[in-house]
Amino acid sequence: MFTIVRDLIRYNIEFAIGLVILLLLIGAVVLSFFSPYPPSDIYVVPPDMPPDAEFWLGTTSRGQDTFWQLMIGLRNTLGFGIGVAFLSRILSLVVGLTAGYAGGRTDRVLMAINDSIMVIPQFPILVLFYFVLKDDMNWLMLVLILSALGWSYDARLIRSVAMSLRTRPFTTQSVYSGMSMRKILVEEHLPYVMPIVFATTMNNMIWSIGMEITLSVLGFTDVDTPTMGQMIYWANSHSALISGIWWWVAAPVGAIVILFIGLFLLSMSMNEYIDPRSRLNRMGN
Amino acid sequence: MTGYMIFVARRFGQLLLVVFLGISATFFITHMTPVDPVAETISVITNFGKSDPEAIDLMRKTLTELYGLQGNVFEQYVTFWSRLIQGDLGPSLSAFPTPVSQIIFRALPWTVGLMISATLISFVLGNALGALAGYYRKSRILKIISLGLIGLQPIPYYILAFILLILFGFVWPILPITGGYEMNADLDLSFALVLDIIRHSILPALALVLVGAGSWLTGMRALTSNIVTEDYVTFAELGGVGSTRILRSYVVRNAMVPQLTGLAMSLGAIFNGTVITEIVFGYPGIGTLLINAVHAGDYSLVLGLASLSIVGVAIAVFLIDILSPLLDPRIKAE
Repeated sequence: MFTIVRDLIRYNIEFAIGLVILLLLIGAVVLSFFSPYPPSDIYVVPPDMPPDAEFWLGTTSRGQDTFWQLMIGLRNTLGFGIGVAFLSRILSLVVGLTAGYAGGRTDRVLMAINDSIMVIPQFPILVLFYFVLKDDMNWLMLVLILSALGWSYDARLIRSVAMSLRTRPFTTQSVYSGMSMRKILVEEHLPYVMPIVFATTMNNMIWSIGMEITLSVLGFTDVDTPTMGQMIYWANSHSALISGIWWWVAAPVGAIVILFIGLFLLSMSMNEYIDPRSRLNRMGN
Repeated sequence: MTGYMIFVARRFGQLLLVVFLGISATFFITHMTPVDPVAETISVITNFGKSDPEAIDLMRKTLTELYGLQGNVFEQYVTFWSRLIQGDLGPSLSAFPTPVSQIIFRALPWTVGLMISATLISFVLGNALGALAGYYRKSRILKIISLGLIGLQPIPYYILAFILLILFGFVWPILPITGGYEMNADLDLSFALVLDIIRHSILPALALVLVGAGSWLTGMRALTSNIVTEDYVTFAELGGVGSTRILRSYVVRNAMVPQLTGLAMSLGAIFNGTVITEIVFGYPGIGTLLINAVHAGDYSLVLGLASLSIVGVAIAVFLIDILSPLLDPRIKAE
């Protein structure tokens, strides 16, 4: 594990940059616990102050310190992404491995559900959930809903690997030595698909955080939990750009762009690590 | 029946299943709600005028029937389907008594037009640049363009649209930033109107193209650089076939099919992007309609829009699926 990371840092510039951004984000999360102001309190500092030595990123029209809002928002946004990624990984592993190994009718039923979820336009469905739940639409609920929508594509990837694993001699051997299906999937097949799971985690986080930001910006989530999207929502609703409070908008937009580029670079370099052909290409250059 | 016809029939069966499951999900999600749409509607209507109890009672009865809410959930489910098959989505609340279907079909051409043109432009642009970048690996310009487009790809639609809005609306105001056409334009078909519509669609389309092109480019570049190392390409090069011809007839042709399959897979996601982009630019399509319906609490309009988007995406995916075996004989229609 350690040698893999070391080699990736040495030979893969994308991974190195991604890792630096990730460390910065972890730094922000740690820092957020030292915030001098409670996250949802308003009018704790003078409003509309431009960035200076005291308020590094200025203050908002709601009297909040932009810097500390950003740190807490990053923590919540990241926690959200990790929560969705974790839950939907479990779903995609269970469905993908079972469908690939069992085949036949189980496979067809699972894939019918899978394909239906894959083509459903997610944004209208998410809006529908908000429309139905209104005030019950809290942070945890959104994690659950996005997890339920975000596993299908990766389940197909895992299934295709599981299908080839099933035909390998070691699987037949396990079956003849009396291992149960659950045991074969968990102990024999799971290690083979773990690299895919890691690579898709990043993509899933990019997708779920993007959805959360979009929904928050439109006011379709719980706007009292500070996240990146919620910051932009409040900035928009105070017409921050028109009244010239640009730092209120620039801070979350900048942070989002950095966060996404970091996640994207990590996912790209992991994909490359999994695919030996592109690794050869890189060495060739 | 030939093998292809059997394949189409089976895919059609799958299409029906997907539509059925999707719309059923929509139905049950909306019926989990603690909100009573009839009570909500009545409270909205009575806000505007006096209310006498008998009239409200009558109104409640009429609305319950209009929304298809009589009986238990199963009976409602049957009513819902029997109406949907006749194309009846009920009356809209925010524009009572205009039927929901009429409102949707007024907004639909805008969304479909924007979606199809943006998808095609980003597909052609991304694939062309990807093929070139994979074939001419040394070119510095192509490397810079690729890096730029790939870097834009992970940024959420909303953020990118927002950045474009600031750039072209405030910093360098050359393009209209909101709406689908000039406010006071008369809507007779004329050259000026077409030009105006195109001008208004540039920014929303640009946002979609900039996000979309990067993923086509990455895919095409990877496919191309694999094909370039194949024996038949080396053979053609040694035989003195021109590089343009190799690229066009040998490389791109073989790389196109996986990309077309990808087109089907991405349609659902493109739909999401279109909806969001429309909201940012106030484009008069179904995205804006959806958000306004949510804010107005228009129960039947939201339900209708969600059902319609499921049907639309499922049909698009179906069409691309049944077309791909015709494009490439290597894909067996099974």
